[in-house]
Amino acid sequence: MAAHTPWQRNRALAIVESYRGQRGTLLPILHDLQHEFGFINDEAVPVLAQALNLSRAEVHGVISFYHDFKRQPQGRTVVKLCRAEACQSVGANRLVAHAERRLGVTMGGTSADGSVTLEGVFCLGNCALGPAVMVDDQLHGRVDTVRFDSIAGDIR
Amino acid sequence: MTEAMTAEQITLYVPRDAAALSMGADKVAAMLRIEADRRGVDVRIVRNGSHGMLWLEPLVEVATPLGRMAYGPVTPDDVAGLFDAGFLEGMAHPLCHGLTLEIPYLKNQERLTFARCGIVDPVSVEDYRNHGGFAGLERALTMTSAEIIAEVTESGLRGRGGAGFPTGIKWKTVGDAVADEKFICCNADEGDSGTFADRMIMEGDPFILVEGMTIAAIAVGAKQGYIYIRSEYPHAVATMREAIRLAYQQKWLGHGIHGSTHSFDLEVRVGAGAYICGEETSMLESLEGKRGTVRAKPPLPALEGLFGKPTVVNNVLSLTSVPVILARGAKYYKDFGVGRSRGTQPFQLGGNIRHGGIVEKAFGITLHELLYNFGGGSASGRPIRAVQVGGPLGAYLPPEHFDTPKDYEAFAAREAMVGHGGIVVFDDTVDMAHQARFAMEFCAAESCGKCTPCRIGAVRGVEIMDRILAGTAPADKQLTLLEDLCEVMADGSLCAMGGLTPMPVRSAIKHFPEDFHRPAAAIAAE
Ligand SMILES: Cc1cc2nc3c(=O)[nH]c(=O)nc-3n(C[C@H](O)[C@H](O)[C@H](O)COP(=O)(O)O)c2cc1C
Ligand code: SF4
Ligand code: FES
Repeated sequence: MAAHTPWQRNRALAIVESYRGQRGTLLPILHDLQHEFGFINDEAVPVLAQALNLSRAEVHGVISFYHDFKRQPQGRTVVKLCRAEACQSVGANRLVAHAERRLGVTMGGTSADGSVTLEGVFCLGNCALGPAVMVDDQLHGRVDTVRFDSIAGDIR
Repeated sequence: MTEAMTAEQITLYVPRDAAALSMGADKVAAMLRIEADRRGVDVRIVRNGSHGMLWLEPLVEVATPLGRMAYGPVTPDDVAGLFDAGFLEGMAHPLCHGLTLEIPYLKNQERLTFARCGIVDPVSVEDYRNHGGFAGLERALTMTSAEIIAEVTESGLRGRGGAGFPTGIKWKTVGDAVADEKFICCNADEGDSGTFADRMIMEGDPFILVEGMTIAAIAVGAKQGYIYIRSEYPHAVATMREAIRLAYQQKWLGHGIHGSTHSFDLEVRVGAGAYICGEETSMLESLEGKRGTVRAKPPLPALEGLFGKPTVVNNVLSLTSVPVILARGAKYYKDFGVGRSRGTQPFQLGGNIRHGGIVEKAFGITLHELLYNFGGGSASGRPIRAVQVGGPLGAYLPPEHFDTPKDYEAFAAREAMVGHGGIVVFDDTVDMAHQARFAMEFCAAESCGKCTPCRIGAVRGVEIMDRILAGTAPADKQLTLLEDLCEVMADGSLCAMGGLTPMPVRSAIKHFPEDFHRPAAAIAAE
C-alpha cells in the first residue's frame, strides 16, 4: 500500500485547484484527498467548503454518504471481502468468519498495530470466481481459507 | 524449440481482465516472458480482454497458423511444461482446449456486443479498427440525428441496466429537447451481485463504449459525456481512461471527430461505494458532487438531468449495443431475439456454477440452457436449488421455472426480472430464509434514506426475518407481517431499491416455503 502523507493544507488546496474549471468535482477531489492522506481529515471540510463555495454541512453530508470516504486512518493494507449473493453461494460467509479470526479484527475494524483494515463490500465484479477478495487494488478470486491465509501472510 | 522457431516472433495472449488477474494472470505473463527469454524464443505477449470463459482463467492463447490455441487455467508452475510440450506450436497438453473459437461455450454464442472482447488488444485503436471498430460511428457521421435515432428505435434495443426502457425513445426525448447543453451519461455503476459484463467490456473492448457514446452524442446533440464507474472497478477505470486518451489522440474524441464538424468530450468519473448510485437520478446527483439521494420523477432525466440539462442515461451494455446496430443496420440486430425483447444480451453466470462467465445469446434462451448447456451445472456438483436472476432486487427461482425464456415479458409474468442479465446459482445447501434476510439487510445498508418504507421498512424486515430464523415466534404470523411490510415497501417507495426488495423476499417465500417454517431448535444452527 502506498504510504500516505500527513495532512497538509497546501497540498489539499493544490488538489482542489487541479480541478478548477470543471463541474461537479467534489467526489474526484475527495478521492484524491483520500488517496493522498489515507482518509478525509476533519480539517479538509472547511477547506473544501470555502474553495467550492459550499456549506460545511453540505461537504460533511457528502463525505458521510459514501462508504468509500473514511474519517479515520485506515490500516496500511485494506482487505475487502465480498459479502454479496454470488460469493455467498460459494462460502463467503464462512470466509468472513475465517478472515476475522485470522486477522484478529472484526468486519469494519482495523488491527491494533494499524497493519490491516477488514471491510465487507457488496460485489467486486468477480462473481464467477468467488469468494472474491480485494487487497488494496489487487483482486483475488476463488479465495478459500488456504488462499486467504497465503494472502494474509503477505500483509505487513 | 527448433532453430526455425526463433526466427519468427510468436504471439501469446494473456488477459488483463480483472477476473483473470484475480487468478494470477500477471504472474503467468511474467513467467511466460522469463521462460521464453531463457529458451531464446522471440514471443510477443498481448494483454487482451477475457473471452469470458472465466473458469479457464488465466487462459493463455498462442497464435498458430490454424488460429489461436487455448490453454487454461494456467498457473506459473505450468509454464515450463507448456514450453516443453511445444505449446508455441499449438501442441497437445492436458491444459489445451484446442482452438479458442471452437470451444463450444464460445462457439455456440451469438456475440454482437462482445464480438471483439478477448480477441483484440483493448488499448489499440488499430486493432479495434481492424476488427470492424468505428464502422458504426463512421456511418452515423453520414446520417442526420433523426435517422440515427430512428435506426436505434427500429432495432428494438431496450435498456440493459434493468428497466428495459426503449433506448431510441429515450434518445428522441433528449434529441427533441431544446437546451444550450445536453449530456450523455453512461451508467457503469454495475452494483448488482452476479453481474460483471459492464466491467468486462470496459476492460476488454473499451473503444466500443467510446463509439456508442459518441453516436448517442451525435444523435441527441450532446457535447459532453461522463462514464460513471464504480470504485470497486479500478482496472476498468484505468483501461477506460487509457482508451479515452488514445481516442483523443487519434481524433475519435474532441473537436472535429474523424474529420467531421462534430465535437464530443468524454470523461470517467469514479463512484464511491454506494449501490444506490446505480439508480440514474442518484448517479446524476453523485456526478454533480452531491449525496446520492434519489430524485423524484418527473422531471425525467431526459428533460432535466445532469445540472438540470437534458441527459441520456444509459447502461454500458445499451450503449455498447449501438455500434453494431449502426454498422449492420437495425434489421440485422432486430432479427435476433423474441417478442418485444430484441437483439442479444450478454448473460452472466455466477455463483455456484461450474462454467461461470459471459454467455451472449439472443433473447429467448431458457434459464435451463444457460445453466446446464453452458454453465455445466453447479460448481459443487450438488443439485441447483435456486437461481437469483437480475441482481439483488431480482427474484429467486426454483428448478420448476428454469424453462423460462430470457425475455422481459416472460420474466415479468413470473414475477421476476431479466435485469442486467446476471444469474446467480445456489446449490441445495442454500438456506432461502437467510437469502430473504440478506435482501432486507442489503436494502437497509444501501438505502439512500429518502423515504420511510425503504429506510425503516428494510430494518423491520431484518428484524422479522431474525425472528423467523430463530423460530421464536409463530412463523405464520411473522410471514403475514412480512407480507404486509413487503406491500408497503413495494407500493410506497420512491424508487426500485425499496420497491423491488420485496421481489427476492416474496419469491423466496413463495417457491421455498419449507425454509421459512423453522423449529425453534434452529437457533443452535446460527
Ligand atoms: C437501486 C437501483 C440500482 C440500479 N443500478 C444500476 C446499475 O448499476 N447500472 C445501470 O445501468 N442501471 C442501474 N439501475 C437502473 C437505472 O436507474 C436506469 O434505469 C438505467 O441506468 C437506464 O439505462 P438503460 O435504459 O440503458 O438501462 C438501477 C436502478 C435502481 C433502482
Ligand atoms: S426507495 Fe430507498 S433508495 Fe429509493 S428513494 Fe426511497 S429511500 Fe432512497
Ligand atoms: S458477488 Fe462477490 S464478486 Fe460479485
